Amino acid sequence: MKIIKEAIAGTLESSDLLVKVAPSADATLEIIIKSEVIKQFGVQIRRVVDETLAKLDVTAGSFLIEDKGALDCAIRARVQTAILRAAGCDELDWRKL
Amino acid sequence: MEEKTLKLRRSMLFLPGANAAMLSTAFVYKPDSIMFDLEDAVSLREKDSARILVFHALQLPVYREIETVVRINPLNTPFGLKDLEAVVRAGVDVVRLPKTDKPEDVYELEAHVERIERECGREVGSTKLMAAVESAIGVVNAVAIATSSKRMIGIALAGFDYCVDMQTERGDGSELFYARCAVLHAARAAGIDAFDVVYSDVNNDEGFLKEVELIRRLGYNGKSLINPRQIELLHNAYAPTEEEVDYARRVIAAADAAERDGLGVIALNGKMIDAPIVNQAQRTLQRAQASGTRK
Amino acid sequence: MKSHEHNPLAQLTAQQPQLGELRPFADAHAMTPYLADPVQKRERKLLASLEEAIARTGLKDGMTISFHHHFREGDKVINRVVDTLARMGFKNLTLAPSSLMSVNAPLIEHIKNGVITQIYTSGMRGKLAEAISNGLMEKPIQIHSHGGRVHLLQSGEIKIDVAFLGVPCCDVFGNANGSHGKLRCGSLGYAKVDAQFARQVVLLTDEIVGFPNTPVSISQDRVDYIVKMDDIGDPSRISVGAARVTSNPRELMIARLSADVIEHSGYFEQGFSLQTGSGAASTAATRFLEDRMVKKGITASYALGGITGSIVDLHNKGLIETLVDTQSFDNVAGQSLADSPRHMEVSTNEYANPSSKGTYCDLVDVVILSALEIDTDFNVNVITGSDGVMRGASGGHCDVAAAANLTIVVAPLIRSRIPTVVRHVTTVVTPGESIDVLVTDHGIAVNPNRPEVAERLKAAGLPLFTIEALYQRAISLTGEPQAIEFTDRIVGVIRYRDGSVIDVVRQVKA
Repeated sequence: MKIIKEAIAGTLESSDLLVKVAPSADATLEIIIKSEVIKQFGVQIRRVVDETLAKLDVTAGSFLIEDKGALDCAIRARVQTAILRAAGCDELDWRKL
Repeated sequence: MEEKTLKLRRSMLFLPGANAAMLSTAFVYKPDSIMFDLEDAVSLREKDSARILVFHALQLPVYREIETVVRINPLNTPFGLKDLEAVVRAGVDVVRLPKTDKPEDVYELEAHVERIERECGREVGSTKLMAAVESAIGVVNAVAIATSSKRMIGIALAGFDYCVDMQTERGDGSELFYARCAVLHAARAAGIDAFDVVYSDVNNDEGFLKEVELIRRLGYNGKSLINPRQIELLHNAYAPTEEEVDYARRVIAAADAAERDGLGVIALNGKMIDAPIVNQAQRTLQRAQASGTRK
Repeated sequence: MKSHEHNPLAQLTAQQPQLGELRPFADAHAMTPYLADPVQKRERKLLASLEEAIARTGLKDGMTISFHHHFREGDKVINRVVDTLARMGFKNLTLAPSSLMSVNAPLIEHIKNGVITQIYTSGMRGKLAEAISNGLMEKPIQIHSHGGRVHLLQSGEIKIDVAFLGVPCCDVFGNANGSHGKLRCGSLGYAKVDAQFARQVVLLTDEIVGFPNTPVSISQDRVDYIVKMDDIGDPSRISVGAARVTSNPRELMIARLSADVIEHSGYFEQGFSLQTGSGAASTAATRFLEDRMVKKGITASYALGGITGSIVDLHNKGLIETLVDTQSFDNVAGQSLADSPRHMEVSTNEYANPSSKGTYCDLVDVVILSALEIDTDFNVNVITGSDGVMRGASGGHCDVAAAANLTIVVAPLIRSRIPTVVRHVTTVVTPGESIDVLVTDHGIAVNPNRPEVAERLKAAGLPLFTIEALYQRAISLTGEPQAIEFTDRIVGVIRYRDGSVIDVVRQVKA
């Protein structure tokens, strides 16, 4: 999927996360993760984000994630929502999620 | 003696589908069913977000242990069909159709559900349905709606929209008088469950319990709840008393004895007990099993 | 009255030379010169300023000063006194308050400047806690329990030179209590101990009342100086939400489950005794217990603590006969201490000191405590957060846990993705052998060393799991957390109630 515009998904409430996506100027992928539990789950969160991006075939874009202790399923969901909004995509292949 | 495994559906906890925190923690409250709401509790801008969140939540192992229901948006909105695609694939147990006015609404839903089941390889027929009746015409068509599908496991009355349609407002319950009876009778005629309206004043335990007592006496199987605190209160109100449990045990014992002895007729204290009484005894014991006797 | 012939001492030492050390009578006020002056007689202890009091105590660099923390986040004495000591140029002092709170963040500067170089406390919070955890001090901070502090005083490891005690009211001689006065704080349980052990005691008060002041929590015979000072504390900041009954459904669920555990534990009989912590779940548990007590027709002989408004409520309803108060957690408790004849104040020595001749915690049947972490051996951590930073308090935890017949720990299984049940706690404060039951929102685990309790709870139909199963449940939801990395440097020493070292806290890697 191609990121064509800016988009946001999620909230900053406890157990949720805010995902901000923007198109990349130079076709690179930039991921910044901030989290209350970065020491304990930083690696895990990064892995989930990478997996989610890979499954949706996202190779370029600028991602800022502010996590408030969300579980993996919420991370997947919010990242996917942000990507779909940023890609202006309406039709979903649920198998990819 | 044949044992019917009946699914208890006393408490159906409503969760707003866009709320990640609630979705991550609500299973601890152990309601009989959990309902993820994609309709009225989710703003228009967040419909897509909630849908994906619920899609993932449904697949969490902890939610496999509880009966899951999703209230999708009506099929005549841009959201309803997408909701359906997501949740059937994610393995939801029951799809709740809001604003069901006529059996045709159910036929339309069922056709889509079956198509999606085939497309994604889910056992055809495994997705159950529940119809929510929220208008005068829905109430009037309740029997037809309740009998419209083999997948239908229950019919619910939704109070707020119904009152608006009836040009009245929620009050002491008299505004729901006919609707409550009609929906209940439709359920019984169709052999499915009946669910009562949400009680929205979460700080008024007394008012809540009064309403629960009324619908329990009428015969409702359960109620929609919007706060986890209401679960315990409801389960306790639905729990049988010690005497009821004693009596139920004796009925089952008598039925077992009759079967053992090859007798066609079950007798207890000289009185004849027929099948409906045995079923009722089973349900009593089931409720006692689930949450003890009434405190 | 002197005459040449009358010299009894000379006569005495002539006969009994070994008594040569004794002194002859000089005059009636030789030892108490102030009695000669009617104003001095009454006002000798009243000093005009904190500076003067400090000077008079003879406090020197390297000495030990102490405080109580009855005003908790509303305390103003510690900061004010240490600020003054800093201005007066003191260095190298040992600070030994009964506890420290986030309001004590200003101490960071004084530590940096060498005014304070050693701390003994039962806990700390906020920026001060972060700074110390990140290596602010050369000497590691000593963390003790409430009872353990008194033991350290008795054994002489902590020698208080001057105790500065803020009190809501006292008279000109220093008879003070916490249950009366505009800034009422309730029990002076910690302060009583300082008054007993300190070489010099300075009372700071905003209200000097008529002599003699009653009731007497701190007696005049332990008080050296009194300084009148506005604003010794803000009682409205004592309550840590203790009085408020929670409406959070998760906390309510845990509270109800703990009341169920108590009900079926085998200790729920007429005359039982209990202690509840100040957390929301503990307070709510009191409410659920009330229903069960009324239904069973039993009353409790006493409640110990940490007294909150909800405990006072049960007392007023006749369900708890006596309240044994070492710290009043809100104004309702403070008022009750003043009004109720069976609401009594006790010192920390009477409350929990293991080397005391008798403590109330020894005879507690049931106690409900909280935990930051609990491991699969039931060891409990109440001091280091999941990020390795010290920001809690040992408090009375290990004291009551060791003594009570049934120790219940309540906690949500997961707090914002952080599992409460872990393989090994980051820091051991209370050993697992003292913990009997864990109650979480996902279910209950009973320590294998209490099989009879497990039997009873199982028979009652409560949701029992092994602690291993609860751990797996937590991990299955959150994922396995990475271990926090620490440097070698020790920044905190955890002292068990008997003074032994049970664990150490290392500095977190940046």
